[in-house]
Amino acid sequence: MNDLSTSSQITYRAVLVEPGVVRRIRGLSDKSLAWLFITPTIVLLLAINIFPLVWTIYLSFTNYRANRPNAPTLWLGTDWYQSILTDPDIWAAMQVTAHFVIWTVVIETVLGFGLAFLIDKKFRGHGVWTTIILLPMMLSPAVVGNFWTFLYQPQIGLFNYLVAFVTGRSASSFQMLGDVTLSPWAIVIVDAWMWTPYVMLICLAGLRSIPDYIYEAAEVDRASNWRQFWSITLPMALPFIMLAVLFRGIENFKMFDMVNLLTGGGPGSTTEVASITLKRAAFESWRTGYSSAFAIILFVTVFGLANIYVKALNRVKSR
Amino acid sequence: MKQIMKALLVAAGALGSAIGVGAATTPAQAQGKTITLCWAAWDPANALVELSKDFTTKTGIGMKFEFVPWTNYADRFLNELNSHGSLCDLIIGDSQWIGGAAENGQYVKLNDFFKKEGISMDDYMPATVVGYSEWPKNTPNYWALPAMGDAVGWTYRKDWFARPDVQKDFKAKYGRDLAVPKTLDELHDIASFFQGRDIDGKKVYGASIYTERGSEGITMGVSNYLYDYGFKYEDPKKPYAMDGFVNSPGAVKGLEAYKELYKCCTPPGASNSYMSEGLDAFKSGQVALQMNFFAFFPGLFKDPNVGGDKIGFFVNPAGPAAQATQLGGQGISVVSYSKNQGEALQYIKWFSGGDVQKKWWALGGYSCAKSVLNDPSFPNSAPFAKEFLQSMGMVVDFWAEPSYAQLLQAEQKRVHDYVVADKGTAQEALDGLVKDWKAVFKEEGK
Repeated sequence: MNDLSTSSQITYRAVLVEPGVVRRIRGLSDKSLAWLFITPTIVLLLAINIFPLVWTIYLSFTNYRANRPNAPTLWLGTDWYQSILTDPDIWAAMQVTAHFVIWTVVIETVLGFGLAFLIDKKFRGHGVWTTIILLPMMLSPAVVGNFWTFLYQPQIGLFNYLVAFVTGRSASSFQMLGDVTLSPWAIVIVDAWMWTPYVMLICLAGLRSIPDYIYEAAEVDRASNWRQFWSITLPMALPFIMLAVLFRGIENFKMFDMVNLLTGGGPGSTTEVASITLKRAAFESWRTGYSSAFAIILFVTVFGLANIYVKALNRVKSR
Repeated sequence: MKQIMKALLVAAGALGSAIGVGAATTPAQAQGKTITLCWAAWDPANALVELSKDFTTKTGIGMKFEFVPWTNYADRFLNELNSHGSLCDLIIGDSQWIGGAAENGQYVKLNDFFKKEGISMDDYMPATVVGYSEWPKNTPNYWALPAMGDAVGWTYRKDWFARPDVQKDFKAKYGRDLAVPKTLDELHDIASFFQGRDIDGKKVYGASIYTERGSEGITMGVSNYLYDYGFKYEDPKKPYAMDGFVNSPGAVKGLEAYKELYKCCTPPGASNSYMSEGLDAFKSGQVALQMNFFAFFPGLFKDPNVGGDKIGFFVNPAGPAAQATQLGGQGISVVSYSKNQGEALQYIKWFSGGDVQKKWWALGGYSCAKSVLNDPSFPNSAPFAKEFLQSMGMVVDFWAEPSYAQLLQAEQKRVHDYVVADKGTAQEALDGLVKDWKAVFKEEGK
């Protein structure tokens, strides 16, 4: 029996069976089957994403405290929102967050793209170097926070000795984590060290997606390397770079663990990013209503900014 | 193959029986009950594990322990209590938690139990009863048995103080003998004298003090200065009236003095130091003086490098207005969500026994029982016993209100901003603190 005869037989059999019988045998229509498959996912999403979100929105209008479940819950309207948006401490935390996000994203993007560009050139041992470069992002932020605390230690820290070696000043003459001017940069350096490889990886994917024939055509047209970079490499890798910026921007906007371990938000409130303020309000002060309102404000901010950004990203991609 | 499987099953069965028989011999499993005690992970907790073996032997109730490092202690256990968790049957909770735990129904009220078992709070040091057991304060409503007395004290390098060259230099500089400081000014002089000094070819520093930002560190440290300079939490005649008490001229000077000590006399990188950082600095021979809780002093005395003859202890020195010190320590409470409340109460009854309290002190815990502390032999029972006794007579505690965490966070921020981050003046910091605390109490309807 050849292939043709097999398919003919199948067709023949299919025609013989009536649709009503199929329904009876299977017991479910295609639509029902589709619902059956997606219902668990929808239920799960509703339970762990949508319900908490709706509940948080509700709590943000009340005086509810999770540690006092028996206390009467009063409706406060937009009181918390007004109080948060007019609180100078909150704005200070937002400024600290903005400083952290902007500088980490800029540094990680520049260095990440640079590294990707170098790694993309297939030199000898580039696989080993790629693995070495990727190591920091494989570590836990808690581990990174702890060991950078030692690296920044003014008396025994390697970082301080390195700076001292280069600049000639005493290693214990400056405190990366205890100085108001230096500590915001100290957390930026650690984040950049840890996450530049991640940006590099995304950029590398972008660079590897550029077809070789485009460069070959440019070579034929005698385009310089510089011209090839500006006219081919950068525009074609741009959507990937923008994606990396989006991921790192969102991640760093909600940065908590590493900063908390490095500085605890100090000295004073110099490195108190928004998520540390939020955690203190929610799980130390137990101001659940207040912290819910703050969480919603942060969510709307990130969501809004990300949406604008994704639109820009789509425009770049469609060019 | 079947035979091999059979042999393995027989062997597993025999092993299981052996384990079962072995366990059956311990009284804990004979009764089949085990209770969990939650506390911080530190030296006294190890002593408590040792002590609790007697409880298991006596009652047959097994003990499990859940110890969490200090930096996460409040977060972890307040989360547990607030989520009505039943992990802890017994909890040695911080003194400041008592208001919230009592008002939110997280601790079992112990008055009836104490009455029934003949446990009297008159048998415990008054400061520890007020600090660890009572809510509202100074009322006979008990939520804990005073378990671990503690206060902030100081250690110093006795061997450095005894060196003739050091003594000579000190006298030449300050015109007096180098001795244990009696006042905060003297303490400042000593710290300043040792700062950057060369001892046996090593650069050393003046003092390790509390500056930690994240939890409660800097508040626990600065309080020792504030109290001595006249700071009060509220008007003694008018509760929650704080103007002129929290930000009094004396309190402002106290805050300035603490900042001066931090700036002049601490090791580099000490901008976020608390208990363990203080221990590290002292044990590694970096500092001449160390501020820390008495709970660590037994361990420090036993330290092979800086303990024994090399270490001395003293109480928080006097300031211009008073001599006081920050209360530490905790009471032991029964968690109201526990399913083993009967056994947990049995533990408290056992723990309150006179012999148990004596052994508790001998093992490295700090008993709060008068039978131990008022014993004539107590002051000489350890090199720091006399200082501990003296400190417990002059302790002051932070707010123990249900909203203590908010009050604490406000002080952490205001003080750290001024002392470490150089923001504003001491007056502004304390005025801001009054404003923050008023807002918290207003929200609480007080």
